[in-house]
Amino acid sequence: MNAVLEQIFQVGFLAAIVRIATPLTLATLGEMISERSGVLNLGIEGIMLISAMTGFMGAYYSGDLWVGIVVAALTGAVFAALHATLTVLLGVSQHVCGIGITLLCTGLAYFFFRLSFTDSSHPATVQSFETIPIPGLASIPVLGPALFNQFALTYLTALLVPVMAYALYRTPWGLNLRMAGENPRAADAAGVNVMATRFLAVTLGGALMGIAGAFLTMAQFNTFTFGVISGRGWIAIALVVFGRWDPWRCAGAALLFACVDALQLRLQAAGVSHIPYEAFLALPFVFTIVAMAFMSRDAAAPPALLRPFRKEER
Amino acid sequence: MVGITKRFGPLLANDHVNLSIRPGEIVGLLGENGAGKTTLMNILFGTYAADEGTILVEGKPARIHNSAEALAAGIGMVHQHFLLAPRLTVMENLLVGMPRQGLSLDIAGARRKLDDIAREFGLKLDPEQRVSSLSVGEQQRLEIIKALFRGARVLILDEPTAVLAPPDVDGLFAALRAIAARSLGIVFISHKLNEVRAITSRCVILRHGKVSGEIADPGSASTREIAELMCGQEIKPTIRPPVAKGAALLVLDRVSTTGHPGTTLTDVSLAVCGGEILGLAGVSGNGQKALADVVSGMLKPVSGTVSIDGDEVRDFTPAEVQRLGLGRVPEDRLASGLVSSMTLAESMALPRIAQAPFSHRDLLSRRGIADFAQKQIREFDIRCSGPNARTGTLSGGNLQKALLARELAFDPKAVIVAQPTRGLDIAATRFVHEKFLALRAAGRAVMVISEDLDELLALSDRIAVIYEGRIVGVLAAEEATVSRIGLLMNGAFGKAA
Repeated sequence: MNAVLEQIFQVGFLAAIVRIATPLTLATLGEMISERSGVLNLGIEGIMLISAMTGFMGAYYSGDLWVGIVVAALTGAVFAALHATLTVLLGVSQHVCGIGITLLCTGLAYFFFRLSFTDSSHPATVQSFETIPIPGLASIPVLGPALFNQFALTYLTALLVPVMAYALYRTPWGLNLRMAGENPRAADAAGVNVMATRFLAVTLGGALMGIAGAFLTMAQFNTFTFGVISGRGWIAIALVVFGRWDPWRCAGAALLFACVDALQLRLQAAGVSHIPYEAFLALPFVFTIVAMAFMSRDAAAPPALLRPFRKEER
Repeated sequence: MVGITKRFGPLLANDHVNLSIRPGEIVGLLGENGAGKTTLMNILFGTYAADEGTILVEGKPARIHNSAEALAAGIGMVHQHFLLAPRLTVMENLLVGMPRQGLSLDIAGARRKLDDIAREFGLKLDPEQRVSSLSVGEQQRLEIIKALFRGARVLILDEPTAVLAPPDVDGLFAALRAIAARSLGIVFISHKLNEVRAITSRCVILRHGKVSGEIADPGSASTREIAELMCGQEIKPTIRPPVAKGAALLVLDRVSTTGHPGTTLTDVSLAVCGGEILGLAGVSGNGQKALADVVSGMLKPVSGTVSIDGDEVRDFTPAEVQRLGLGRVPEDRLASGLVSSMTLAESMALPRIAQAPFSHRDLLSRRGIADFAQKQIREFDIRCSGPNARTGTLSGGNLQKALLARELAFDPKAVIVAQPTRGLDIAATRFVHEKFLALRAAGRAVMVISEDLDELLALSDRIAVIYEGRIVGVLAAEEATVSRIGLLMNGAFGKAA
């Protein structure tokens, strides 16, 4: 037993948590900002997948990983803008449209990946991102390697949380965005362009989802496979609820989930033989369901979430 | 505003309306429901675009196509249904949509401005409080502050007193006078004539989208004079002809409740006889809702009995009290009366859906449902596109008519109605009152729960006053006066006698 515990809580464990949490945090923040403005984006799973694919291809053909990240962000923004066009401008049901976006993106990702890489026996790879140790800080025992020897994207994500919190709570832009999700008619009467505000929030959220997808192909792994997202988009939607639509809490929720996921990976590796590995695989999801059951009871969604806004309504 | 015209399809909502608002005056904008008051103000605030006509602000033509432009032109509006975000703070609600701000919200500057408004107009609120914790009166104050905060020179108030309790109305009026004294212009939309007479310095009356009259000194004009201008017809006062009192049809005997949100009832005993209208007066939230719920079978009392025409209610369900002969017209017409998303015909059939004519051998009879609605629409003059109109598209007055039509069609022995004319205009109010008097003449018992004392005084044979869940007095029509009822309503029982 001691050997098992030792294997789990080695130095790499903390680092793994932070690494796993990075794409989840990005995706959760992306979904959060969209929902805060009043638009649920169920297209997240598909958007992450197709961005992971385009990002990978961008990096593969240009030879520059950052080009891949930009391509992924643009891809995410474009498909989120499609979602916004349908739900915000045309008032289509957000549930139906989001599922449609996911199906569309998944289909397109399969199609174009197969078209570009016809030989599936030799999967294409990229040289993935390398971790950047921060001088000085990285040599702190235990915490140093975990927190300060990470990917550049991870540092940027960590920086994004306070930036997003500031933008949401302390800037006129954030206040208008929140108002669009609280009471769009009130926002309109106060002179806010609700449609534009929501459109922008959804699109921006899509860009973050895109980067989250690309992180998986370019930092976590070094290739694109169709199972690369495997439900992380859906998990992000749950984490938004768990994080009560607040940037800090959302990041916390992503970390907590990453913690359980890292633990499950270690447990598998530790080879507790009498338990089938599928049980460990399911652990983060069971955790999410249990956490949601306890937490989402008093979690209040933005009141105007799911409600389309039309202007001249009598 | 010059020559404003607005059409909604074939309906001419505003027909070449001219209106001017000068600094320092409070202009009353009067008219029946559907006369075009709200449409006109929505054009001024940029919510709708006028088909014809121009808006001049300080002599210059102004382009007002959305609320941002209206606010920039110095026009502020307090909507009838407040436009606030309950989960945000007072400060956040104030700052939303402010143009020309820097990167960060200027909280300190806003606080200073808020202090100025508090000093100048006597309107104070704690900026850090969440809107959900504000009372209705405070929320309205926030709406007014919001308009002033955005630099309004003209303030539009759409039916501002509809949601307020009497003491809050006095506060509102004081604030409006202070605002007018700083030479801002105010438009006060209402159909409550007494209030218009008390607060406005000039009155413009709209009828069928046109200006039908103007009153220079509303304080000295009689209520009746104004009402006649609004309706375009002579108004006869309500007369209550003598009717022989019958047996007690609705009896509450020592009814007490617990566990009800809001005030609970304690030992309430009341009897309403055939041929009698009993008014129930009280400040909102003193147990009226519990009383209405008990009588309509939605709340089971912990002790005491309710009888309808001598039959004790044993099973407190709406179906049971309905079977015993009770008709109910609830306060909230769409929440517990009709169903907004159903057709009118379906809404009207719903409480008795399993009976003839709505069902035949356990299957719905489309024909029966539609015919019933058609007949009642004709009889009660419900304005709608027909039995298949979506219930939610009807106006308040027509919803109330539909509810009455539904209940009265089955010849109830006793009827309980709550706030029967809230939000209704003069013509619709008269219609509803006449129906009550007809019920009374037919020997039925009617219990009217209302916060409108004038209404109760005009209709009731007796007025019972409820205070903190107890009946604190029952006055016969002859001895009931506003001041006596008012004292009882505020819990001053000793002094009332």
